[in-house]
Amino acid sequence: MAVNHVRRYTLAENLAARPETGLSASTEPALATLSGRALHANHGIPLNLDWIKDVRVNTSAVERRAQTLVTRRTVKKEWQAAWLLRAISCMDLTTLSGDDTHERVRRLCAKARQPIRRDLVTRLGIEELDLKVAAVCVYHNFVETAVRALEGSGIRVAAVSTGFPAGLSPLEERVAEIRRSVDAGAHEIDVVITRAHVFEGKWQALYDEIATFKSACGSAHMKVILGTGDLLTLRNVGRASVVAMMAGADFIKTSTGKEAVNATLPVGLVMTRAIREYAHETGAAVGFKAAGGIRTAKQATEWLSLMKEELGPAWLEAKLFRFGASGMLADIERQLEHHATGRYSADFRHPIA
Amino acid sequence: MSIAEKFVSMEYGPAPEDPREALVWLDTHGRQFGHFINGAWQKPASGQYFDTADPSTGEKLASVAQGTSADISSAVDAARAALDSWKALAPHARARYLYALARQVQKHSRRLAVLETLDNGKPIRESRDIDIPLVARHFYHHAGWAQLLEQEFSGYTACGVVGQVIPWNFPLLMLAWKIAPAIATGNTVVLKPAEYTPLTALAFAEICQEISLPSGVVNIVTGDGSTGEALVKHPGVDKIAFTGSTEVGRAIRKATAQSHKKLSLELGGKSPFIVFEDADLDSAVEGLVDGIWFNQGEVCCAGSRLLMQESIAEPLIAKIRDRMSTLRVGSPLDKAIDIGAIVARVQLERIQRLVDQGVAEGATCWQPALPMPSRGLYFPPTLLSNVHPASIVAQEEIFGPVLAAMTFRTPREAVELANNTVYGLAACVWSESINVALHVAAQLKAGVVWVNSTNLFDASCGFGGYRESGFGREGGREGLFEYLEPAWFKQAPSLRPMKLPAGKAADTQPDSAAPPIDRTVKLYVGGKQARPDSGYSIEVRSPDGRLLGEAPFGNRKDIRNAVEAARKAEAWGKATAHNRAQVLYYIAENLSQRREEIAGRLSAVVGQEHAAAEVSRGIERVFSYAAWADKYDGAVHDPPFRNVTLAMHEPVGTIGIVCPTEAPLLGFLSLVMPAISVGNTVVAIPSEAYPLITGDLYQVFDTSDLPGGVVNIVTGRPAELMKTLAEHDDMDAIWCFTDEASGTSAKLLSVGNLKQVWTNEGRAIDWFDVKQGEGRWFLHHATQVKNIWVPYGE
Repeated sequence: MAVNHVRRYTLAENLAARPETGLSASTEPALATLSGRALHANHGIPLNLDWIKDVRVNTSAVERRAQTLVTRRTVKKEWQAAWLLRAISCMDLTTLSGDDTHERVRRLCAKARQPIRRDLVTRLGIEELDLKVAAVCVYHNFVETAVRALEGSGIRVAAVSTGFPAGLSPLEERVAEIRRSVDAGAHEIDVVITRAHVFEGKWQALYDEIATFKSACGSAHMKVILGTGDLLTLRNVGRASVVAMMAGADFIKTSTGKEAVNATLPVGLVMTRAIREYAHETGAAVGFKAAGGIRTAKQATEWLSLMKEELGPAWLEAKLFRFGASGMLADIERQLEHHATGRYSADFRHPIA
Repeated sequence: MSIAEKFVSMEYGPAPEDPREALVWLDTHGRQFGHFINGAWQKPASGQYFDTADPSTGEKLASVAQGTSADISSAVDAARAALDSWKALAPHARARYLYALARQVQKHSRRLAVLETLDNGKPIRESRDIDIPLVARHFYHHAGWAQLLEQEFSGYTACGVVGQVIPWNFPLLMLAWKIAPAIATGNTVVLKPAEYTPLTALAFAEICQEISLPSGVVNIVTGDGSTGEALVKHPGVDKIAFTGSTEVGRAIRKATAQSHKKLSLELGGKSPFIVFEDADLDSAVEGLVDGIWFNQGEVCCAGSRLLMQESIAEPLIAKIRDRMSTLRVGSPLDKAIDIGAIVARVQLERIQRLVDQGVAEGATCWQPALPMPSRGLYFPPTLLSNVHPASIVAQEEIFGPVLAAMTFRTPREAVELANNTVYGLAACVWSESINVALHVAAQLKAGVVWVNSTNLFDASCGFGGYRESGFGREGGREGLFEYLEPAWFKQAPSLRPMKLPAGKAADTQPDSAAPPIDRTVKLYVGGKQARPDSGYSIEVRSPDGRLLGEAPFGNRKDIRNAVEAARKAEAWGKATAHNRAQVLYYIAENLSQRREEIAGRLSAVVGQEHAAAEVSRGIERVFSYAAWADKYDGAVHDPPFRNVTLAMHEPVGTIGIVCPTEAPLLGFLSLVMPAISVGNTVVAIPSEAYPLITGDLYQVFDTSDLPGGVVNIVTGRPAELMKTLAEHDDMDAIWCFTDEASGTSAKLLSVGNLKQVWTNEGRAIDWFDVKQGEGRWFLHHATQVKNIWVPYGE
């Protein structure tokens, strides 16, 4: 992605866009560093149409980078185990099915507190890490259940919102939905955008929609789901990423998990490059969430190395990086057992959620 | 460090490839290798061996035989003995052998990859994911060509015994590029791998044994430069194929000049990497990683000159620096490193010396603070900015991980800077506008242009350079021609020198009282008739000694003027093919108009019947090339990913043509017309027997709308004029179709700029025979293939 004009937003401008936060540059703690520069939380900037127009993504070149990135980096042995544990700590353990029940969500929360078997924790010698997933992600109906089940764990509760997954219900309802989830105790709101705005090039409408979501979120973290499988072209993904960040996204997220194609590395590459560009231009750190289609331990390390390579170590932590996954944990558990015992493991040896 | 600590640090940790299997393979050979000659291992005649070592540790890997001329001789003899039956083998049988080679390479792919990395120092990722798969692909692809050879190249035959000398940067891949097309087309091979990296070639020799390739078809002789020299000079070799430095390429051109050895050279480069302001800059940065930081920058086609549009130079440099900071330099066997070891100390020192010199000339040197291995031969990724075109680091090939960055303002200036080099191997163009990208690609003097990509290779696409990056192509249909010759040409008899009239005959008295009006023939330069600089003329006499007239005595300065005029007329190459065809048809029409007077004058030299035939065949020949002008198309290659590779036939440029002495008109037309039909401009030296043909030709050209300067004709002493042409550094090719001595001399004198030389090798060509005197063979020499890679997708 290229932004041709030298455009430097000061943190003050960034904050000025959201005066209600009451923060100033001097008091806000650094969230991350990138190329030696301290970054702060994103509060959005005014919509900049030139920037959006200047977004350039060469699909073939991005695909080549995505293909070779995963062959350029690999982790083995204890490093692999450590990376897989890190993947767990960045996981939004998710259930978003039509057949979800309160009990099902409580089971998930129990798994979230104790993602791997106690004996494995001992064998790996990681008691001190007090390993747990980053968040549990559910529909609004189950927010309260999850909040109660996770009380005292430090695990956050994320709610998918705004007419998830299509995002086509009336705006007032979508905004009300966010408020309800926040009121119910959700710490994080995963919102979906109106994909039509992207296809129609209605960047102002997209910006306004996301900005409205942001103010409805209040202090809850907003993850903006772009629905990259629907957007189809990487150029669209790049543009939508920039608009979402300008409108104040805390995270940008690939997919709902319900599209035909979900998180792919080329999409991830375009979004992380957009985050990098935005950080350089505004001094704000925006997180990234890869969601949908990530099922294996191998994919987990691939995504982590993409984050490390493109954005740096700050994006290997839950505050700026998440996996949205339901099946991946099981594969990671088996790999960790293999690491601990030297023998290949089986699914049924690990407690399900 | 515990797992918990690693959880915090999130370092990559070591990821070593286990070299055991490869080392065991070396052990089974006792860590000592002879030459592979006639299907068996042979001790070196001298009894001498030298060591090959792992550049990342300095540890000895094995000792290999030092080849001498005795070893070369026995290998060439073996190849010669194997030639007839290999050549006579059914294409399908040869196809099966190549297919088996491809399969066997795949079966042993990891051993080959590890050996390559041990011997060369390149990252295992690259040998595993790039080199070895491309090797297998090359044999598969050429198994196909072996199968189709008779149908697709009917009338062509193998060159014979081929001597091949390859470099150390892609040892097995270069072996595949050399051996696959050679044996697919029925040649037999003696290959000398590079001194630093002989091991995979020896492993390949074993593969040849494993698949029972007939003995003598592939012979491998190891050694240093002297071994290569012995191979190049061996009289039993019919063709030399070389990849390596331009300096050695020059020496090979010289060494093979006094022979009929066909020659292809793939030499150095200083390839431009052009980034326009509308490029996807992040992707362009990755392109650089795949370009200059691929294989430690030890790549002949590395994008080593970064040309940035001024408006984006600053952000681009910032992005490049950030990216350089995440490169990992380390043990080549580590699966997660980007830059391995430099092949040898002397190379490492050369890189350092050139960087120092660049800095002394004003460049700013930046290197990221990366952890570097404590031992072994390593050089950090390096960015030189504020480089000016005059700086040594902008001109000379560094062959290391060093990028020289410059800026440009407009597409025109980008092209100008890109072409401001003696090399012409490869180029990259980054722009999201297909108009800009293809417009610039078309103007670059380079054999390969990658649009929004870098260092893509495939067996189906030709690779090779313009200018001092060499000549000939490897890969694709175009690459096969390097190993084939027209069957008739190999059989053609020696040319008997035409006896020029020695003495004078008594001049006959004019028939009538008034003498004929004097007819003064001049030189033809830039579309104008010109008097020779010397102010002298030479007599032209008929075989029986009658004075036919006087021709201008052209000299070096006339050649200089003609070359300048030809260069200025290069717009001809950009005219539409249809337009060129129209001009050629018009030439034929006007020749036809004057057929009788031209034949009448010509008959004094070649006889009436012959003269009439020359004119009528000449008219046909011009028609043929008018027809070809818009039909000698390039191709679209289909490498195995989403991409089109446009193989464009481009004119070679400005060609000097020394026309045959025999057939003064037909010989001239048979060489000059194919050259101009595809867009070259020409400086021609007409037949010494009858240079007066010039007068007839320019009258025809002048009336046929041929733009001035497209064809320039200089008469005089052909052998002397040829020397000036062959030495002229602004000529792209020289075709010499007179005697053998002139051909040899043309080759020797061409080394200044390594222009392409094409001669009749002292053989007689029957210009009246359509099969010999016209067609694709001529057009092939009149063009060079530029492969433009265009990956696409949205």
